Amino acid sequence: MSDKHLIVLTVNGIDHELLVEARWTLLDVLRHQVELTGTHVGCEHGVCGACTILVDEEPVRACLVYAVQAEGHAIRTVESLGTPTEPNDLQEAFSARHGLQCGFCTPGFLMLAEGFLTQRPTPSREEIREAVSANLCRCTGYQTIVDAIEDTARRRAGQTDPEPEAVR
Amino acid sequence: MSGPDFDGRRGRWIGAPVRRREDPRLVTGRGRFLDDIHLTGLLHAGFVRATVAHGRVHEVDLTAVREVEGVVAAYSAEDLGLGDIVALLDRPPEEYTPTTMPILARHKVRFAGEPIAIVIAKDPYAVEDGIEAARVTYDVLDAVVSEEAALAADAPLVHEDAPSNVLLDVTSFDTPGVDEAFQESGCVIDLVTRSARQNALPLETRGAIASWDERDEQLLVQTCSQVPHQVRTVLARSMRLPEQSVRVTVPDMGGGFGQKCVVGREEIAVAAAAKRLGRPVKWIEDRRDALTAGFLAREQRYRTRAAFTAEGKLTAIDADIVCDMGAYSCYPFTVGIEPLMAAAEMPSVYQLPAYRVRARAIASTKAPTAPYRGVSRPQYVLVMERIMDLAARRLGLDPVEIRRRNLITEFPYRGVNNVTYDPGSYLESLELAEKTLRAEGWYELRERAAAEGRHLGIGYSCFSERTGYGSEAFAKRKMTVVPGFDISEIRMDLTGSVVVTSGTMNHGQSHETTFAQLVAERLGLDLAKVKLRQGDTERIPYGWGTFASRSATIGGSAVATAATRLGEQLCVIAAHLLGTRVENVELDGDGGVVQLDDPTRRMAFEELADVAYLRSHLLPKETPPTLTATAAFDVPGDGTFSNATHAVVVEADPGTGQVKILRYACVEDCGVVINPKVVEGQARGGIAQGIAGALFEEVSYADNGEPSAASFIDYLVPTATEIPDISVDHLETPCAFTESGAKGAGEGGTIGAPAAVLNAVNDLLWHTGVQLESTPVHPEAVLTALAGAHRHEKASTPV
Repeated sequence: MSDKHLIVLTVNGIDHELLVEARWTLLDVLRHQVELTGTHVGCEHGVCGACTILVDEEPVRACLVYAVQAEGHAIRTVESLGTPTEPNDLQEAFSARHGLQCGFCTPGFLMLAEGFLTQRPTPSREEIREAVSANLCRCTGYQTIVDAIEDTARRRAGQTDPEPEAVR
Repeated sequence: MSGPDFDGRRGRWIGAPVRRREDPRLVTGRGRFLDDIHLTGLLHAGFVRATVAHGRVHEVDLTAVREVEGVVAAYSAEDLGLGDIVALLDRPPEEYTPTTMPILARHKVRFAGEPIAIVIAKDPYAVEDGIEAARVTYDVLDAVVSEEAALAADAPLVHEDAPSNVLLDVTSFDTPGVDEAFQESGCVIDLVTRSARQNALPLETRGAIASWDERDEQLLVQTCSQVPHQVRTVLARSMRLPEQSVRVTVPDMGGGFGQKCVVGREEIAVAAAAKRLGRPVKWIEDRRDALTAGFLAREQRYRTRAAFTAEGKLTAIDADIVCDMGAYSCYPFTVGIEPLMAAAEMPSVYQLPAYRVRARAIASTKAPTAPYRGVSRPQYVLVMERIMDLAARRLGLDPVEIRRRNLITEFPYRGVNNVTYDPGSYLESLELAEKTLRAEGWYELRERAAAEGRHLGIGYSCFSERTGYGSEAFAKRKMTVVPGFDISEIRMDLTGSVVVTSGTMNHGQSHETTFAQLVAERLGLDLAKVKLRQGDTERIPYGWGTFASRSATIGGSAVATAATRLGEQLCVIAAHLLGTRVENVELDGDGGVVQLDDPTRRMAFEELADVAYLRSHLLPKETPPTLTATAAFDVPGDGTFSNATHAVVVEADPGTGQVKILRYACVEDCGVVINPKVVEGQARGGIAQGIAGALFEEVSYADNGEPSAASFIDYLVPTATEIPDISVDHLETPCAFTESGAKGAGEGGTIGAPAAVLNAVNDLLWHTGVQLESTPVHPEAVLTALAGAHRHEKASTPV
């Protein structure tokens, strides 16, 4: 199992030259080789979505991709969005809407939402809910995550004063 | 992060929906969860686990493991020689049989997934290779996977010293009048309810990183735990070290929900391996292990009889409760956690004159159980709420009306269960919930739907939950290790900022925000100047961690009291420096102390700190040169009680039997709300877990004890399309026992949801003649009931 491959991964716009085993997942390599630990390990079988990243701007489960497969693709992780002092609008909305509690699933939801909003800039609430159902959250009950994504979509579409949707 | 933070200068931080102070790091991927920590020379660990549910271990052969490339070491129980975990109750042998949980299984395995050996390697992939190379042989014994199998006359014994597989058997109450009430009753409800085994399922699995510092002779264990001090105690005892040689710290934690409020065995094996190897060792549980070998909960069966008068007044309950606790007692709560909770608190929010209850914990060859958000309350509330609905049907009463006739309305109420309930809004919450559904037209919609052949049901649940379990309340349960109090220390620095410690342990409940609000309120200090520290046994004097919704009530009270004491110190120093009496000054609500008879004379905290630390010769004679205060807090008596009513509208799909929630309304009362956003978040998240228990999640086992839900393909965690939007209304009945008037809000959602959902499902099924009394409700059961009704061409006749 010591056969290693020298690869170059482009992560958040930076090239990383890495020596990896063929069986190492992109998730593990991002976390432990590239040392970007914002992408989290939740289930390692592609269901929970905690490891969601963008590969060529498409949401992808980093646990289902081998690092060697990701060469030549543009990878974006949560670290590309914003910083604690300058979060991006989606991160800001998650905080404003209390769209997180323990925060473990949050990077996965953020990257899922980033990719989704690129593809569907003006989604309905039901479409957001459908998209969000790709990932698991154990703390929030999802509602405030949907709220945060809805707010961001509205703001990005130039609607500056989002009205919170009634419960029904 | 910018945000419309509350203006603290007006002196009211409590009740403000301030932004979470945790968020900036968590939304940017800068949180520091356990697996994010890397230490130089780090090795990785995993466990060889039992492949059979029950068997004598014939041989553990690790020879091939040690030859695998990348493997550094592999140890069996014999190699490590650790002390066992024994969880005790202070009860006589006829009531309680203690069991011994070895760190690694020695002679016998008692569930599939039980750890037998630890494998340490250079990376997690090599760990897996090593685990695969292990050879363990067993003499396989029959599995014990059901109540019937466990209690059968010739049942195989999970623990040889626990006859009949009964680990706890108590008749907690047998008050006068039970039999008479049944004889006199014209309405007796007989009910058998079951709830499936569930996994608390924090998104971040369990784990530990252990390192031995030779220079300091100290073991550092960084772990995901809700109870770091208790982990330290068990680590020290099992490894035969003084507690001062063990430091336990907890980084950011990705949820716990109770699963992490007990001490696991893997953490201890990891620590022992690290000490022996002289290198740091990391273990992160994978999801498969988390699903099959993590602590589970909720598998309970209730046989209940309830007597009512013709007017719908509940007169007696006679209950028999059996909780399948799996293979071992957890530390520190023991297998008593579920049955004792159920027996003591089953009457819930209702006036009950006569009560008899027997509660048992049985052993089985399944993963052991631990407290899970709500602990038995989702189950007994489900029983009580089903009883109310069934009696209402029998007596021709409205489900809300029968509740109204039975709710406790005068406080303090001393229950038949020997518990004094602190004031709540039981009736008010019910009435508001009903009003909401009626105003929104759901009752009319249900009528219309029935006429159109659609299947809509409305369900309610009312409950209270004891939250601030102080040490008196836990002692009453006869725990040998009695939780209850908490300690906080607060220290001001030269800039007038404070660091405050708490023995509670945040794992998503926003402690950094709400505790800061408590301190800011008490000291009249801007929120930005308060920092909370938790989760470090060397930095925190002692702590009982976070469980039983105790953080805001007990931990928060300790924090607030410490802040008050620091405020008093600041006033003493300020009065001295201003040349006036201490009675003539007060905190000004804006980071300073003001002279009452001349408000132009004021001293900022920075000035006082400057004197305290840098010019201590100016301090009053008796005042020590430190701005530090410590406080302990315990809730007296029977504790605090939050309450709520949940109201649900569901629709069943006649084609698939699937139940969809159309409307979920929660009216909750957790006393004074410190931060409404946080409380609503707790309610909604809890409700989602309650819905999960009502409709989806189930850990089942094959007859041979093999767990059938080892991945998320089989264990159905609800997603955003299954969990509806939920409205949360707050009622506030302040608590007299806590510093802020808060009562605790962590568990309520989980407690109320299963009963409300099940009642709604049964409401829509009523015309079929079938009522479902087990959770989760499977679509097949709904479909069968609806199909049966269709065949018999019965009309829909919802109440």
